[in-house]
Amino acid sequence: MNMPRFWREISGRYNLIGSRCGNCGEYFFPKRDICPKCHRKSMGKMESVKFSGTGKVISYSIVHDPHPAYSDMRPYVMAIIELDEGPKLTSQIVDCEPEDVHTGMRVKATFRKLAEDGKEGVIFYGYKFKPE
Amino acid sequence: MRDVAVIGIGITKFGELWERSFRDIGIEAGIKAIGDSGISGADIDALYIGNMSAGAFVNQEHVASLIADYVGLAQTSHVPATRIEAAGASGAVAFREAFLSIASGMHDIVVVGGAEKMTDIGDELANSVQAMAIDQEWETVFGATYASLHAMMARAHMERYGTTREQLAMVSVINHRHGALNPDAQFRREINIDTVLRSGMVADPLRVFDMCPLSDGAATVVLASADIAEKFTDKPVKIKGIGQASDTISLHDRRDITTMDATVYAAKRAYDMAGIKPEDVDFAEVYDSSTISEIMAIEDLGFFDKGKGGKAAEDEKIALGGEIPVNTSGGLKSRGHPVGATGVAQIVEIVKQLRGEADKRQVEGAKIGLAHAIGGTGGTAVVSILEAMR
Repeated sequence: MNMPRFWREISGRYNLIGSRCGNCGEYFFPKRDICPKCHRKSMGKMESVKFSGTGKVISYSIVHDPHPAYSDMRPYVMAIIELDEGPKLTSQIVDCEPEDVHTGMRVKATFRKLAEDGKEGVIFYGYKFKPE
Repeated sequence: MRDVAVIGIGITKFGELWERSFRDIGIEAGIKAIGDSGISGADIDALYIGNMSAGAFVNQEHVASLIADYVGLAQTSHVPATRIEAAGASGAVAFREAFLSIASGMHDIVVVGGAEKMTDIGDELANSVQAMAIDQEWETVFGATYASLHAMMARAHMERYGTTREQLAMVSVINHRHGALNPDAQFRREINIDTVLRSGMVADPLRVFDMCPLSDGAATVVLASADIAEKFTDKPVKIKGIGQASDTISLHDRRDITTMDATVYAAKRAYDMAGIKPEDVDFAEVYDSSTISEIMAIEDLGFFDKGKGGKAAEDEKIALGGEIPVNTSGGLKSRGHPVGATGVAQIVEIVKQLRGEADKRQVEGAKIGLAHAIGGTGGTAVVSILEAMR
């Protein structure tokens, strides 16, 4: 993934910045420009919000056969996490044994290295989650 | 809106076709279908091609023009040729667009091809290309793979409904059993539950034999307005209902990861249009990109109650001779999954069954068949219902 493409999404990936609909109050991550429930009524009313970074595991998988850029970490745990404010996202779970991860487990966001673009390329950072 | 019928079908062998190019297989399926239909090139009003990623797989875009050219339709009749991309649903969406172009009255005879050539590049790269159907910015970059997302669906289904690891394996066992009867299938070998459970772990709880392969292959169907169909064939098959629906591209944004709402909505639209219920369907081709995706599909299509799909596989209700045979072609798992070709290959199998030409895998008394294709992890779904006209 090239640098500008990653750089553009830094606010979401570094700081968990998403959106809240000023019409219905629903939260979204990543940022959205329009609320899928309010449609036109949300136009111009989507506000930036920073999420608390705490939530729970909805489901997970232990990845044994990853994309080559992630193979140093294998096996690693991928999970869908529901943030306490409501939105869900996909992230790795770290700082625990894969066997200890379970559905419903409380987790919190932590800032980590995600991957490297080859031996001399850019290092990508962003959120992973760890046990709360 | 006019009724539309399938009047011709053609398919290549699916598999690792190293000696054959994208162009070769696209043309082979096209020529077979045109030959089968009884039309000639001058009768064709338009061409639609389902293809996910020829650019990434074989460094060639603009493939609708390419295929139109080499089937001989570009220089003389200059037919409009349109390529459709919707990941794994590319062929199915192309089929629906072709249907609409005839139903609307715009065209009378239209050819729909689906093709993908995935083995000209290495497996790692091919897997990455296939994973472009999931959200690159918010899934892939964090380490998610296509298999790991299916694994999360599987785990949630197992935890909520008690679906077992063995039940998932049975889906693969049944599809291989069917594929062994299909001369065009990629894998023609029966397996057992142990084969699946001993295969390498890809993304826990899913293993190699839970996942569909990388494949080369192409399939083509010829569609015509129903009122002229019998001029070309004595076995026309009517498209009785067709529905398409969307959902979020990211799995995590779904309402419920044990259901594909896109399938539910596409199916409702197709059933309403056809004026039938799920229990009226005699057999189906569903999208088994993984064993869990077939279990979810047979539930979401209304063949079995939510949560009972695993038991239906265990009891072989979806095997040939069962309550509703599913994936008699072998499905994505055994027939193979050249991504853009799959949606059209499913229609080819349905038509073969409805014409009574499925040989050793023939479903007795097949009257109504359903095809179901998915793009990505469920961001797109298409459901088509077909019935023999006589």
